[in-house]
Amino acid sequence: MANIKDMALRAQAEPRFGPGHSLCRGCGIPSIVRTVLSSIPGRVAVMNATSCLEVATTRYPFTAWQVPWIHVAFENAAAVASGVEVAYHALAKKGVLSEPITLVVFAGDGGTYDIGLQALSGALERGHRFIYVCYDNEAYMNTGIQRSSATPFGASTTTSPGGRVAIGKPEPRKNITEIVAAHRIPYVAQAALSHWQDLSEKVQKAYHADGPAFLNVLSACPPGWGHEPRDAVSVVQLAVESGYWPLLEVIEGHWRLTYRPSEPVPVVKWLSLQGRFRHLFQNEQEEAIEKIQAIINEEWRRMVIRDRNDAPWFTTEEAHRWDAVSGLPDSWEPRLGEPMWESFRTSPDASVSKNG
Amino acid sequence: MKRVPFHGPGLDLSALTVMTGAQGVAHAIRQIDPDVFPVYPITPQTPIIQAVSQFVADGLCHTHVLDIESEHSAMSAAVGAALAGARTMTATASQGLALMVEVIYLAASMRAPIVVAVGNRTLSGPINIHGDHSDAMLARDSGAVQLFAENAEEAYHFTIIATRLAEDHHVLLPVMVGLDGFTITHSAEPVELLPDTQVEAFVGPYAYPSPLLAGEAGTYGPFAMPDSYFELKRQEIRAVEGVLDIFDHVSEEFSYLTGRRYSAVQAYRLDDAEAALVMMGSHAGTAKEVVDAMRLRGFRVGLLQIRLYRPFPRAEVRQWLARVSKVAVMDKASSPGTLPPLFLDVAASVAHSQELVSVIYGLGGRDVPAVGLQTVFEGLYSDRLRQGVPHYLVGREMEQEED
Repeated sequence: MANIKDMALRAQAEPRFGPGHSLCRGCGIPSIVRTVLSSIPGRVAVMNATSCLEVATTRYPFTAWQVPWIHVAFENAAAVASGVEVAYHALAKKGVLSEPITLVVFAGDGGTYDIGLQALSGALERGHRFIYVCYDNEAYMNTGIQRSSATPFGASTTTSPGGRVAIGKPEPRKNITEIVAAHRIPYVAQAALSHWQDLSEKVQKAYHADGPAFLNVLSACPPGWGHEPRDAVSVVQLAVESGYWPLLEVIEGHWRLTYRPSEPVPVVKWLSLQGRFRHLFQNEQEEAIEKIQAIINEEWRRMVIRDRNDAPWFTTEEAHRWDAVSGLPDSWEPRLGEPMWESFRTSPDASVSKNG
Repeated sequence: MKRVPFHGPGLDLSALTVMTGAQGVAHAIRQIDPDVFPVYPITPQTPIIQAVSQFVADGLCHTHVLDIESEHSAMSAAVGAALAGARTMTATASQGLALMVEVIYLAASMRAPIVVAVGNRTLSGPINIHGDHSDAMLARDSGAVQLFAENAEEAYHFTIIATRLAEDHHVLLPVMVGLDGFTITHSAEPVELLPDTQVEAFVGPYAYPSPLLAGEAGTYGPFAMPDSYFELKRQEIRAVEGVLDIFDHVSEEFSYLTGRRYSAVQAYRLDDAEAALVMMGSHAGTAKEVVDAMRLRGFRVGLLQIRLYRPFPRAEVRQWLARVSKVAVMDKASSPGTLPPLFLDVAASVAHSQELVSVIYGLGGRDVPAVGLQTVFEGLYSDRLRQGVPHYLVGREMEQEED
């Protein structure tokens, strides 16, 4: 069980992400990065897609990173990670490297949902072992708040502005978590900035996965979402409490909600805190607000049905994709961590979060 | 320089194996035994990656062939693997190279020594799978080193030379080995393979100066603002310029194995020439036949073959062409709206650039027989070819757009 004291001690003993970066006040990204990195034992190397995180932490000749870190371009973080992972195996085979190392990819929603989707899908299909963390702030914030396929219905962005006749982005968001889960990778999760302990536990499960693991973490963006920097955590908390952003995980086909709000908060409370939805209130777009609530209700209804009821993907050892079978290429072998996955597979409910 | 006939004295025929250029490159890769080979199939590169995959399947090399989902990802994975500390090669062509180009610039800037075999093929559209140099021109300004082979054996040799060149600590750049699509990739020729142990010793172990996974921390690929970008780019430019000398050293050392001393440019019967062609790639072989034939008829003609296209060997080109008054620069690529790339490079190197004639030939794999090249020489002697506009050698005849 993660606790903040252990994480702080680990962060102190092995600083991985330093201060002095230029991310905005109230930005959710640094908290997510720190929580992820301090939840992983042992060595870590980071692959970063072009993003707010990348430009704000590595302005030459300065860097906030105290771990091996590599950035190549926007759309290829998962492909770079594939190359690094395969190189690790080659070097381990030669005896050049012996210490296990956990590869962590950080990318925004643009680099994950949109331009990086192909590289991500390819890497998941090939089964490279890494933890892919999408910090989702629901638009292209680095380039000035343009809509992405993660932008929710009705949100105003600079390329889907709300106006006298426009309701903002007219399409609902893409469900990347389900797309990733369709790759049958061992661990997929949704987490949020506001629930750091839930995030930390999910990172630890991802660390133990015998293959790729994916975390979609809702961040916060004060300039992009239009809220006070000090409200970042509470805005994200309302996204969770309203059911807009379910905290969930998919362990080899078992879908689980890791948190159920006791009394769902009406979404209008979450919307009203953010400038990106202000036009809906100013222009009396009740229908749009009702539609947002209806989308959330439908998604939540589906999630509740799936929660702990979905059939697992693999019920026999023979069909299990992620076991090391002789003859499989090196990259399929669980080499980059400890093989503790067995416990999750045999009793998925054994790891139900109590803090929920 | 006199051409040594293929079946000349001193050549051990039993040491020759008949193979295509693609197989030659694949054998070089088997002998070099890179750690990682991220690839995506595209004609006419496929026989390279198929042969390497078979070598791996048969246990003849230990390379991890990473069958990735696009060329963009192939080059991205190559950068990750090379900087992580693993020897990395890849292969592509045409649209695949076009897709890779974004990342080739980054590979050069991040100083990733990746050898890229390119089965040079034209670019769509219209879609066409045959050979010309249009694809390579996309990466001309990327910071990658570019070599062009004339035949299967050169493709084999250049792949080995490229590995040493790329990994030299003063270079650390991607090196592209161009072999003309189909003309070299798919045509079988005799190739003398070196013993595996010689190649292994020649390339040595991969020793990247500060691999990503070896250290406690390191930031690779940071963000450079206007206050530092220019300095970093100049470092890269200096490294590319430095390749001219280092290529010469590596080539010298390679000649101890093969007896073949490759220079950045090869002057063929140019010493007393009054007319010359400047070319790169497979047609240089045809041009040598044409030069020999025309010499027999009393024409003092020659050829300047460019083997190293980036960095461009400006001093050598200037020196060789200084006394040749009639020069046609032969481009297997175009640059619509201006003169083609090789022409511009040659024109920027010589003092008498206004006398040069530009000829575009072989686009989309259009065959140019020996008689076609002879037509170019005849045009140079007739003084009928205008300067400042490209001429088109479409098969046998020279054409020019009407004013």
